[in-house]
Amino acid sequence: MRAETAAAGHNLKRTQINWFKYSSPQTFFPLAAKLTPWFGAAAVLLCAIGLYIGFFVAPTDAQQGDAYRIIFIHVPAAWMSMFLYVVMAFWAGAGLVFNTRLSGMMASAIAPSGAIMTFIALWTGAVWGKPTWGTWWVWDARLTSELILLFLYFGFMALQAAIDDPRRADKAGAVLALTGVVNIPIIYFSVQWWNTLHQGASVSLKSAPTMAATMLLGMLVMALGFWMYCIATTLLRVRRIILERERRSDWVAQYVRTMK
Amino acid sequence: MNWASWSDFFAMGGYGLYVWGSYGVTLGLMVTEIVLLIAGKRSLLEQLRRTLNTRKVTQ
Amino acid sequence: MLTALRCVIHRDLLLAMRRRADVLTALLFFVIVVSLFPLGLGNEPNLLRTIAPGVIWVAALLASMLSLTRMFSEDHADGTLEQMLLGSTPLGVIVVAKVAAHWLVSGLPLVLIAPVLALQFDLHQSLLWTLTLSLLLGTPVLSLIGAIGAALTLGLRGGGILLSLLVLPLYVPVLIIGAGTVDIESAGLSAQGHFLVQGAFLVIAATFSPWAIAAALRISAE
Repeated sequence: MRAETAAAGHNLKRTQINWFKYSSPQTFFPLAAKLTPWFGAAAVLLCAIGLYIGFFVAPTDAQQGDAYRIIFIHVPAAWMSMFLYVVMAFWAGAGLVFNTRLSGMMASAIAPSGAIMTFIALWTGAVWGKPTWGTWWVWDARLTSELILLFLYFGFMALQAAIDDPRRADKAGAVLALTGVVNIPIIYFSVQWWNTLHQGASVSLKSAPTMAATMLLGMLVMALGFWMYCIATTLLRVRRIILERERRSDWVAQYVRTMK
Repeated sequence: MNWASWSDFFAMGGYGLYVWGSYGVTLGLMVTEIVLLIAGKRSLLEQLRRTLNTRKVTQ
Repeated sequence: MLTALRCVIHRDLLLAMRRRADVLTALLFFVIVVSLFPLGLGNEPNLLRTIAPGVIWVAALLASMLSLTRMFSEDHADGTLEQMLLGSTPLGVIVVAKVAAHWLVSGLPLVLIAPVLALQFDLHQSLLWTLTLSLLLGTPVLSLIGAIGAALTLGLRGGGILLSLLVLPLYVPVLIIGAGTVDIESAGLSAQGHFLVQGAFLVIAATFSPWAIAAALRISAE
């Protein structure tokens, strides 16, 4: 009887997945190298499909004519900017709690991608505002909270740049990112509140144009494409950060030699 | 197919400037980001190689 | 616990009183910034009346941020911060005491002098009370959130500018609701809702930020 349980116990252990296999910078580095091209290819493919749907399948909008086609990059970028901040805060928090170096590296790798996505969302939102509302910048609730989100990203990156010791930079960035992520809903609702308080009579933002199926499909495919793109750039950036921070370890020296 | 000809496509119902302006900026940002990342990684490798050689010489 | 609280507040106030000049500079900065706006925008009473709450709130925000960098930097420099970290009293209590001392020195004077400045902007009598109450509820939140930034940027070069970049986005909700109270009141509606939201901000900040400040202090003082 004892033998079976021992054997069963043994079998159980063998099938256990080692979740932490890729949690050290050294083992994660080659994995990231392998994954980046796949995510890059997925991004290009999805964006191509999304753009085809967006420009050649989706009909012209009744009210806005063809100006609405900017939605195919504005909305995905806006979604990604908020999503990336939450993911950054997650990794920063994980780094703070588990004291794992790689999580901190991942958080500082995500920040620039998030900032670029926020800037794209702001730029395309403003440019889209010109034909539809007549002015380049509209103090619309969503655009304003995007602007504040951009400042939060810059604050995170500036704080990390100002601290030389990477371990302290990760931890300080983590506290700021967690404080920021708690504040994002508060900022969003107070800006919403402020917008209704000072609602300019002339500028009334219609909700997103009533979405024909193809428009929605195009936007969703583009959102996936942007997601793949962000993962690819983040992986590229995290590999550089790993090399930079682990420069004195011998596996990096060994890697540099092989990369003749 | 919405567009009769390529020129229609680029005119984008009169909003060409806005649509292609924003798409152009987005594409430009993405391309520069990727170029900077790759260039950054290459320069870092170069730097590491140099420190490696000096360490070998001094050992 | 409470004795530690009282002792730290007493100590900080004593230190602040010894250098009364620092206290006054934040106050004078507030007065000067507020009186710059009429010079810039002209003295047309209707215009001044509409911009008064926004101007006073933004100036209060900037003034309280000026003195944030000094909250922990002296203790960090002469080592008392280490003693506080190693001490038996929980860090949260000490941090709350320091923030309270900072508020008493830099927040409260702003609240007291704001109505006088509001007269400069020809604000209606009843609105003065709303403005004072909204500042009274808002400035502690500014100190609490600002203390997180101060603790994070402890001992960094370019601390002041970096601190403002970190903290200003987090100040936005406080500013919006704070300035909004007087706007609502001037539009004839009751600002009850805004005061409740400001109270909520104060409660949220008072519960969460000591943890964040303590964590940031431990990280910075390593």
